[in-house]
Amino acid sequence: MPRMNAARKHPVDFTLNGRTVLAEAENRMLLSDLLRHELGLTGTHVGCEHGVCGACTVQIDGKPARACLTLAQQVRGSDVRTVEALSPDPAVLSPLQAAFRRHHGLQCGFCTPGILMSLDALLRERPGAGREDIREHLSGHLCRCTGYATIVEAALAAAEEQRKEEKPNA
Amino acid sequence: MKPASFDFLCPETLEEALAVLAEGGGEARVIAGGQSLVPMLNMRLARPALLVDIMRLEVLHRIETSGDEIVVGAGVRQAELEAWPSLLRDLPLLAAAFPWLGHVQTRARGTVCGSIAHADPSAELPLSLLTLGGAVSLRSRKQKRRVKANDFFIGMMATDLAEGEMIEAVHFPKARPGSGYAFREVGRRHGDFAIVACAAVADDSGLRLGIAGVDDRPRVFPLPALNDDQFDDAINDIAWSLNARDDIHASARYRRELVRSLGRETLKEASRCRA
Repeated sequence: MPRMNAARKHPVDFTLNGRTVLAEAENRMLLSDLLRHELGLTGTHVGCEHGVCGACTVQIDGKPARACLTLAQQVRGSDVRTVEALSPDPAVLSPLQAAFRRHHGLQCGFCTPGILMSLDALLRERPGAGREDIREHLSGHLCRCTGYATIVEAALAAAEEQRKEEKPNA
Repeated sequence: MKPASFDFLCPETLEEALAVLAEGGGEARVIAGGQSLVPMLNMRLARPALLVDIMRLEVLHRIETSGDEIVVGAGVRQAELEAWPSLLRDLPLLAAAFPWLGHVQTRARGTVCGSIAHADPSAELPLSLLTLGGAVSLRSRKQKRRVKANDFFIGMMATDLAEGEMIEAVHFPKARPGSGYAFREVGRRHGDFAIVACAAVADDSGLRLGIAGVDDRPRVFPLPALNDDQFDDAINDIAWSLNARDDIHASARYRRELVRSLGRETLKEASRCRA
């Protein structure tokens, strides 16, 4: 593998929301900036850029991760999912998103995409996750509207729906 | 905030990585999960000329039992060790420390060895390694060496790592039956860096109390087995012997208070677990 020069852009190929992407990025470009500025997916928000606030959280290979603490070059060959992938149709909210709306989990909405990506990963890994799991995942996110209580309720409601779907006769 | 520019290299073999690090000298740095290094790059506290990404080197991706040690390679992410099926049996101190260690979102990417290499004085993994009496395997093109954790951490984010060297693995002593382990921490938010973190081991040789977040590096104190009314005096002496300082997170006095209360709790819990 040759040394990739700092002054030039270099190819980055990865899967983004189910599609193969071939982008170009300088070595120093963060994944958050690649998504927003090069690929136009502005659903991923950028807050603190040192890994504290969690606004930029996306899923890399199914796990929630900070896009601002990941260099674009580090995701070569990975599977990246952003908030844009949650709903298959722009007119329809995913069950988790719908629960956020019903339970007033949104507030100003700036931290929401990151929180959705963390909770979506949690619900996929542990279907019907409980309050403690949800709080643990939320601890990696700062909501300056302090809307945590309603966010927890929304996530619990989504988990409950998921439980019912999995066991329709229970 | 954005990183300054750097060259990037993704070696395909360990030999290639070591050759590049040897050429790069002090200008080259290893990147693994990046959860400690990328914030430093973003804030431009680190400005390496070259980053060497070691995450594609399969040989570094291993968790193994070797004699009475658990060996964790430089490519192992924190979440992988956290999910390792033997963690609770073989490394109960780490099992207790993991919930405090960053967040789910950073443990998914960050590596165990990366946190050790970063040597933040309040970080949980360096504290755990030191308290257990573990060691670090370092490798350069010319030599391999093994350094005890106590000699590896030399100051605030400073280690014994030399130019051209990288961490190949860390060695955690495996838990012995009849030993007790405990971990406690106080931070501003669950998962943030500790204001004070304490780790304790109770075994045949007595007690060991590790403390992070107070001095410029984690410290460990051996103690004899104590009975209930001896804890306070022992911990008070430790609290005053540490070089506690005021900063924006807490005063020196508050830190000493935390050392007393958390230290007492962790030592008692470790002693209880032993019984």
